[in-house]
Amino acid sequence: MTFSEKPNAVPAVEMQEITLRFPGVLANDRVNFTMYPGEIHALLGENGAGKSTLMNALTGLYKPQSGEIRIHGKKVSFNSPKDAIAHGIGMVHQHFMLVENQTVTENILIGLDTPRFGLNLKKYDDEVSHLAEQFGIHIDPTARIWQLSVGEQQRVEILKILYRGADILIMDEPTAVLAPQEADELMDTLKEMAAQGKAIAFISHKLAEVKQVADKLTVLRRGRATAERVDLQEYTRESLASLMVGREVIFNLHKCEQEPGREILRLEAVCALNNKNLPALRDVDLSLHEGEIFGIAGVAGNGQSELVEVITGLRECSGNVWLEGKNIANKPPSFSISQGLAHIPEDRIGVGTAPNLSLTGNIIMKRYDQEPVSQKWQLNYVAADALAGNLKDEYDIQAPSVQTQARKLSGGNLQKLILARELSSTPRLIVAMQPTRGLDIGAIEGVRQLLLRQRELGTAILLVSEDLDELLSLSDRIAVMYEGHVVGVLCSGDFDITNIGLMMTGTLPQDLPPEQEAPKDPAPGSASAFDEVLDHVKDYEQIEQAIPPAGQPVIITEEELPPAEDPDAGLSEKERVLRKVLGKKYAEGDEE
Amino acid sequence: MKIPYPIFLKRTEDTPRWLPTVTSVGAVLLAFVISGIILAATGANPFQVYAYFYRASFGSWGAFSDVMVKAIPLILIGLGCALAFRMRLWNIGAEGQFFVGAFLASAVVMVPLVNLDTTPRWAIIALMMLLGMIGGALYGFIPGFLKARLHINEVIITLMLNYVAVLWNNYWIFGKWSEAGFQMTKTFPRNAWLPRLADYAAEIPAFSGLTLHAGIIFGLIAAVIIYLIVYRSKWGYKITLIGDNPRAARYAGIDIARNTILVFMVSGALAGLAGMTEVSGTVHRLQERISTSYGFSGVIVAWLAKLNPFAVIIVSILFGALLVASREIQPSGISFLIQGITLFLVISSDVLLRYEIKWVRPAQETAQ
Repeated sequence: MTFSEKPNAVPAVEMQEITLRFPGVLANDRVNFTMYPGEIHALLGENGAGKSTLMNALTGLYKPQSGEIRIHGKKVSFNSPKDAIAHGIGMVHQHFMLVENQTVTENILIGLDTPRFGLNLKKYDDEVSHLAEQFGIHIDPTARIWQLSVGEQQRVEILKILYRGADILIMDEPTAVLAPQEADELMDTLKEMAAQGKAIAFISHKLAEVKQVADKLTVLRRGRATAERVDLQEYTRESLASLMVGREVIFNLHKCEQEPGREILRLEAVCALNNKNLPALRDVDLSLHEGEIFGIAGVAGNGQSELVEVITGLRECSGNVWLEGKNIANKPPSFSISQGLAHIPEDRIGVGTAPNLSLTGNIIMKRYDQEPVSQKWQLNYVAADALAGNLKDEYDIQAPSVQTQARKLSGGNLQKLILARELSSTPRLIVAMQPTRGLDIGAIEGVRQLLLRQRELGTAILLVSEDLDELLSLSDRIAVMYEGHVVGVLCSGDFDITNIGLMMTGTLPQDLPPEQEAPKDPAPGSASAFDEVLDHVKDYEQIEQAIPPAGQPVIITEEELPPAEDPDAGLSEKERVLRKVLGKKYAEGDEE
Repeated sequence: MKIPYPIFLKRTEDTPRWLPTVTSVGAVLLAFVISGIILAATGANPFQVYAYFYRASFGSWGAFSDVMVKAIPLILIGLGCALAFRMRLWNIGAEGQFFVGAFLASAVVMVPLVNLDTTPRWAIIALMMLLGMIGGALYGFIPGFLKARLHINEVIITLMLNYVAVLWNNYWIFGKWSEAGFQMTKTFPRNAWLPRLADYAAEIPAFSGLTLHAGIIFGLIAAVIIYLIVYRSKWGYKITLIGDNPRAARYAGIDIARNTILVFMVSGALAGLAGMTEVSGTVHRLQERISTSYGFSGVIVAWLAKLNPFAVIIVSILFGALLVASREIQPSGISFLIQGITLFLVISSDVLLRYEIKWVRPAQETAQ
């Protein structure tokens, strides 16, 4: 089989207890990752699970705060990607780094010290084609990059790495940009490279290709390696899907039963192009009601961003977008804002806030034109500061003052700032994209509670998320998107994590496996497809202690959490929620 | 892997309030030191030169009045640039807007648009001001519109339009409006002159010979207005927001295209008004060399003032002093040398505001 089966082989890569922290985000938490020569090792996980971060630590882009990296048994410490290259590690990024107007060979030679002076391009052309042949890569070394297809450009990136003598290759979602035949060709190349003793790390979302090409698999979730599998052949797509999504604690979120009210948002045959002018939305029809959380599931890049932008007026589209009877398609964002649309954008820093403006400046972004902040032509900074001060307390935004610049806030506080701004305007419709991504558990719960509260108030909420647990626990209905289509819409009773996972990878609802294969809610003790999976799934720390003996399904309600976790124990449920959501102010004093 | 230079820059989160002022003043002082070294290298005594500089620009009321005359267009242009830069619109076309403003203001006299003998002086001047501002605004509209609608780079457009404006003016002063073949128009009648201090010498003898004209009042009023716009108005908030993060501004429902055009027009109008004050207050005719690169100096002024409207006034006066002094010393390029070095240093000193300079300790370097 693979080299890894050899008893005394030295691992090509050994990463031990890697911990990498960004301000406010624990991207990798004591992750172990081992890879042998001749092995294709897949890294599976949702967006933000820490796959790319881990690999960037291996390529010297980030330096882990703790942990050890060994390459071929030798301990290393990389200060820059150059160090990693010197140790034979190369990475093919999702976005290519090629010079459009230069030839394949020229691109491969860029950055090398040889030749020092004078370039006998012909000689190097031959070298490049010889190298390409060796691995069965088809490429014309004299072609210029702009003449090449995306797949061919990717081959140039691979050759660039091979030319530098790399024997450890990292591919970051390499098939995301490829057409199916190109993807097949890439798979052959990868296998050929592995056969010649290269170690290949392969980051992917796509279950089928992981199964097709990988020898070994590591699953990352929320920055931790949750499972490592050696023999992939035993696994079905379903079990891989559940490995990736994981089973984890669904907090008891006090979601009250309520009937959705009248229709707030309706999309009719909406089509839109992405930034590359390729179709991103294809005939999307949706309908949202008062007091309903409508989840959108899907792997990143299947049209979710464009859907949000179309609704919020940031992207042109065809078709109709009705917000309470008014067509807001292709209207400027100011119009939909005035109609009661709140938008919690995916990119908090790039879109949601202005980094050098104060907290106040960011809070009044959408209401500088309303009294009392607006005072004829003037902006009433006293009133604005007062408003910001109130919201800062109410939403518990941690900042020295309302004059603090937004860029000094942590991710969680930035998100609170955005929520404070958006939710305090009593919206009719909230469009929230990835509202909890990158936040810590406390902040995540706060955000979710806020959304549920808005639901109770009768607001319609469109929730786009790649966190399936979030969707499952919050949504009344979930639509799954794949390549710009809505593959299917599931109602609250029919949520099934495996089915959703399959639909996310393009399986149509009618092609899903029969019901008994995938129990929705395994009762304790019952044999289920998940049991075996659960053996390998660890959860985050505070839950770990509460996990029943291996093999038991993990469903924990808030009451069962260790008491130390909950300083608000003894409060009524309602008080607890309010305290969590709105901060101290509400928990004390008035009866609300 | 060895790092060739054991220095690296670390982004700082906190910039103390006083630091920008200190670095700016420090940059100006350092510019004088460096210029002094260059002067010394050419054989001059820098202290003498600077003393002479001072006397030539601040040594008497007459000299100071001349300095203020030079400062007026700089103030107006600097304010316009400061507003545009706040939105990160790189309007370096103030020179062109200045010339078009001067041209349209001159048209009032040269066409003439009104009967110069019967129309009251205030009305002629008001009309010249209006047309000067309209000229600058329209000339600012062109790059604003192209940027807003077609996303064409405003730097290139404004830069090229400068040459167009200069040549357009040349056409008129060499041809149609030329006085006896010289490249200038006839002198404007007194009715079209902005009032000067010297005009009141009969009542206040101390004003005799002082050339300072009413343009300074426009400059001061404009500074107050720009201050109110930037720091008090809703529009100023929008401009600041767009400048800081255009994507956030768009998300918040602000019409960026419209504001791009508006800001360009206001910026241009101020430069156009500067052109008007120059022909009506200082030169009293339209000629080829009405501007000693005021348009470009205005860009520098705005930067040195860190886009603060009142700092623009102070920096403009300093630059006016350099301009006046440059008439008095040889070679006159020394002033521009100092200007250039100052700008270079002020812009470089920005690094100190955003980064901390750290030296890598040997231990870190050899961590491997």
